Amino acid sequence: MTELVSSAPMSRAVPGARLRFYAAWGMVAVLLAAFPSIFTSASSLTTFSLVGTAIIFALSYNILLGQTGLLSFGHAVYYGIGAFFAVHTMNLIPQYGLPVPLPLVPLIGGVAGLLLAILTGWISTRRAGTVFSMISLGVAELAVALALILTDFFGGEDGISTNRTKLPAWFGWHFGPQVQVYYLVAFWVFVSALAMYALTRTPLGKICNAVRDNPERVQFVGYDPHIVRYLAFCFAGLFAGIAGALAAISFESANFTDLGWVKSGAVIFSTYIGGTSIFAGPIVGAIFFVYLSLSLSDYTSVWQLYFGLLFILVVRYAPGGIGGTLLMHRMPFRVGGLGRILRTYAIAAVPTLMLVGGFVLAVETIVHHTVNANEDPRIKAFGVSFDASSPMTWIVAGLLMLIGYFVGRLTWRGVTRAWDDARTIASERGIPS
Amino acid sequence: MLELVIISALNGVLYGLLLFLMASGLTVVFSMLGVLNFAHAGFYMLGAFFGFQISKWFGFWWALLLAPIIVGLIGAAVERFALRDIHRSGHVAELLFTFGLAYVIEEVVQIVWGKDPVDYRGPPSLDFPAFSIFSTNYPSYKVFMFAISVAIFVALLIVIKRSRIGLVVQASLTHPQMVAHLGHNVGLVFTLVFGVGIGLAALAGVIAGPILQTQSNMAASLIALLFVIIVVGGLGSLAGAFVASLLIGLIQTFAVSLDGSLASLFGPLSPDAPQFLIRNIWTVTIAQVAPIIPYALLILVLILRPMGLFGTRET
Amino acid sequence: MGKIALAFLLMLMPLSGFAMAQESVRIAYIDTLSGGGASVGVARLKAFQFLAEDVNAKGGILGKKLEIVPFDNKTNAQESVIQAQKAIDSGIRFITQGNGSSVAVALTEFVLKHNERNPGQEVLYFNYSSIDPVLTNAKCNFWHFAWDANSDVKMEAITNYIKANPSIKKIYLINQDYSYGKSVRAAAREMLAAKRPDIKIVGDELHPMLKVTDFSPYVAKIRASGADAVISGNWGQDLALLLKAAGSSGLDVNWYTYYGVATAGIPISLKQVNLNHKVFGVTEGIANVDYAPSREFEKRWRAKYGEDFVLFAPRQVNEIKMFVAAAEKAKSFDPIKIALALENMEIDVFDGGKGMMRKEDHQFFQPLYVASFGELKASEPFDEEGTGWGNTVVAKIEAKDTLTKTSCKMTRPQ
Repeated sequence: MTELVSSAPMSRAVPGARLRFYAAWGMVAVLLAAFPSIFTSASSLTTFSLVGTAIIFALSYNILLGQTGLLSFGHAVYYGIGAFFAVHTMNLIPQYGLPVPLPLVPLIGGVAGLLLAILTGWISTRRAGTVFSMISLGVAELAVALALILTDFFGGEDGISTNRTKLPAWFGWHFGPQVQVYYLVAFWVFVSALAMYALTRTPLGKICNAVRDNPERVQFVGYDPHIVRYLAFCFAGLFAGIAGALAAISFESANFTDLGWVKSGAVIFSTYIGGTSIFAGPIVGAIFFVYLSLSLSDYTSVWQLYFGLLFILVVRYAPGGIGGTLLMHRMPFRVGGLGRILRTYAIAAVPTLMLVGGFVLAVETIVHHTVNANEDPRIKAFGVSFDASSPMTWIVAGLLMLIGYFVGRLTWRGVTRAWDDARTIASERGIPS
Repeated sequence: MLELVIISALNGVLYGLLLFLMASGLTVVFSMLGVLNFAHAGFYMLGAFFGFQISKWFGFWWALLLAPIIVGLIGAAVERFALRDIHRSGHVAELLFTFGLAYVIEEVVQIVWGKDPVDYRGPPSLDFPAFSIFSTNYPSYKVFMFAISVAIFVALLIVIKRSRIGLVVQASLTHPQMVAHLGHNVGLVFTLVFGVGIGLAALAGVIAGPILQTQSNMAASLIALLFVIIVVGGLGSLAGAFVASLLIGLIQTFAVSLDGSLASLFGPLSPDAPQFLIRNIWTVTIAQVAPIIPYALLILVLILRPMGLFGTRET
Repeated sequence: MGKIALAFLLMLMPLSGFAMAQESVRIAYIDTLSGGGASVGVARLKAFQFLAEDVNAKGGILGKKLEIVPFDNKTNAQESVIQAQKAIDSGIRFITQGNGSSVAVALTEFVLKHNERNPGQEVLYFNYSSIDPVLTNAKCNFWHFAWDANSDVKMEAITNYIKANPSIKKIYLINQDYSYGKSVRAAAREMLAAKRPDIKIVGDELHPMLKVTDFSPYVAKIRASGADAVISGNWGQDLALLLKAAGSSGLDVNWYTYYGVATAGIPISLKQVNLNHKVFGVTEGIANVDYAPSREFEKRWRAKYGEDFVLFAPRQVNEIKMFVAAAEKAKSFDPIKIALALENMEIDVFDGGKGMMRKEDHQFFQPLYVASFGELKASEPFDEEGTGWGNTVVAKIEAKDTLTKTSCKMTRPQ
């Protein structure tokens, strides 16, 4: 897996690096294949399929945000168009008796996403920055509005549905059981991720990075930044379309909300939280996001608050996202200071968890009093039962937060010192941080 | 016909001014700090709810005074303790921070005031029809809103273009070191500007709350439209935002009053013609597409004139 | 990196199933429980739980306790499917949902396919509120039951009322621009033409859903058309803002709506702009219906949740009542047996009178009320949202007068 996160160019001369590359991807393939034996329930398989599409979607978004520096507010448009074309294809195949099996359908979605990106991309990528972001916002709003007007294709508010088992069987598979769909998704996740990883290694991928960092200089070198951005945009559209088609296959429907704002917002969240600076970042982010958004609502009714706060904290304190923050630890690992840093983390974690626990307790108590005032005060949040009407709850929450905050400040100073020392050693030895 | 034209023009201007009231703070913050604030509509909503709460306790006029100040202070605190540090991580991080903040504000409002609309009303002293045209009543509250919008526009123009403070603020944006050397506290200037921008959003909330519905989802649908206004007007141009607000207000209002569709222009689609998709386009009326016209306008303006109608720079 | 991946795997563990003891019969409540649109979803959940407590206080169903298990679908069709799958995996065989016709369509198709592919693990879908007629027509199936009158049935009731009121001469239609709004307008045109051919439809407007902040232009158009009545299927902010704009500009028409009475937020808006008995709504029951058992229930409900809390829906009461009756009739919790017991079942509905679950399309028919909102008479004890105003019954339409045709052709289990 290390090679996946490495931003250093892979040297073909070193056989070790090559071996690690194959080992990492091989491991991913084995893991993907093994999942259904570990998690057998249909809902975990549905969740995994969803995670898979989210991974492709987030990776495709990162071609724009992380690699080319384009912040799009309407990436779901290409995802949605892929989903709709896939659904229509799945309806047309049995109708005309075409010999196309289901595993090929994502390709149609990808082509649809690509074609739309070719159409809209030329004008929207002429400029980067705010102009690009605002055009993407406008395109997204228009797309949703059009989807509701063009009901023949988009099916209005109810969307279009399909039945994946009506397609020609593929080596005896009808894709009724969720596990077969899971393998289909897993296959496409593997292929798409590998393709997008390869893309980052091509000259185009490198020039995308250069356009992100300094478009003027790229122009001097002789490349048109507009065309580079356009190509990146088209690739992003292609993979977003594949992701949309896979979602359409696992849900057997497509709906105008697939094109919409919520979906676009979700991919921004997951990509950024995962980390845009490394390839595996969006993968981590997508898993994290889907898992949280599906399960957090089982534990608390105000999951959106925690979600928003988490996002704010990541932007504020870990702008590299989960992936970027993990990667940051390579430097202390090399200079041998990682052990000490991890120890300071463990110490700081205690008061930090107290602070978080106290905060959550306070929030859940307040929510109980404002939202569920007439219900039983003995409530349960995150599996912990407590009495919201008792003053003890307030005292405990207050104490946890106070102690957590003040002790936490002291312990985090220890973390800072450990980092400073590691940096000093690194600069003495000439190791880049 | 004349009746509908006059009424539509009047409605369009009133709606446009309401939009300007909402967008003014956004354009101030953008022109001064270069921050595209996603949470602006959230602060607008916060203003409406603070306005509701204060007017319940002390009356509307106190709400009009206090709510913008309180929300403005919250905004200033956000700038001082979060946004300033995030500034270093670049524009994308700033934008995403305000994106997350919008989420949090909405959820907090839901926790405190619930998810249902609250009963927020204007002052009883303005609860009478100011005038009546073609038997349509115009409540005096709308006239009041009109006056406030124009007053804010004029006041902002004077402060930014003519006053000493405006000069320092503009200089701080382009040459922060130089201004700091001249003895001004640049950090404080930024905090102040952000606070004022947020205060304006809250003021818009206090005023718009009684006309529209004061509910926890009032922010979510608004922010995209506000972006359209400040981008079409020209990022950071106050006059541009004013003109764009009126333009969008009028376009939307007039579009609604038109029933025209391709079918009414060329007659119904012949049954022999291809039907798929075409019949959808053929029968859609201008009124149906009215609310999406601003987004089409946005794309058009950005393609033809990326700096916007009145803008001077591209960002 | 490998360790991190492993940590994520461990995080996913709890998903793989949470089997629970089977001493209770569980209904999965899949609806909007978070976000801005959640007020209705949360209120209805409380009502279902309140009803379950009632059932359990009387000894439960066939000796088992009734439990309502909430799942948050965030009003999203695909999320609903995942939540339904989660519910099924935990052993639940009954799903209830109501808000959002896109969600309802997704759920009914999911349930149909699930039951096809997993014989022996059938699931029933009790739809308590989605009123898109497609659910009991083109997309009907054996596993879906609808307790709210669908939009065609409601329009049947409204037009029957209009038929009896010759003072209505010019009607304006304004609806949201999506499948439901379009079906309302189509039904209105068709039924008015049949029942009152003399009525002129002076305007037929579709406006984008949940996008309009200023309805003044629409109000100006209604005024210019000279209409004396408006029919609208609007809900939520699209109805509140429309009525507020109309009221504050002094437009004097009668409003015939689906959701103008007995929905959250509307009473406050109407009181603000002083629309007194101008807004009519069609519903299966309101608090002030003169029927002792329902008033008794309403009192208990309000005693628990306060005066200004949003309404529960009588249809929810009917649903739970029929579920209990069907289980007792079938002497089993087997979904197929319960479904067969529900077909053509007749009960005394919450607000008095008889209701029937029609076998052909699994649509419930019951007496409907046209009610208006405004100042209360002394005999009407219940106001809405603390406004001091409340709903008054202006007409009752018997179930037999609301029977609509259906195109439903469902396949039944052998």
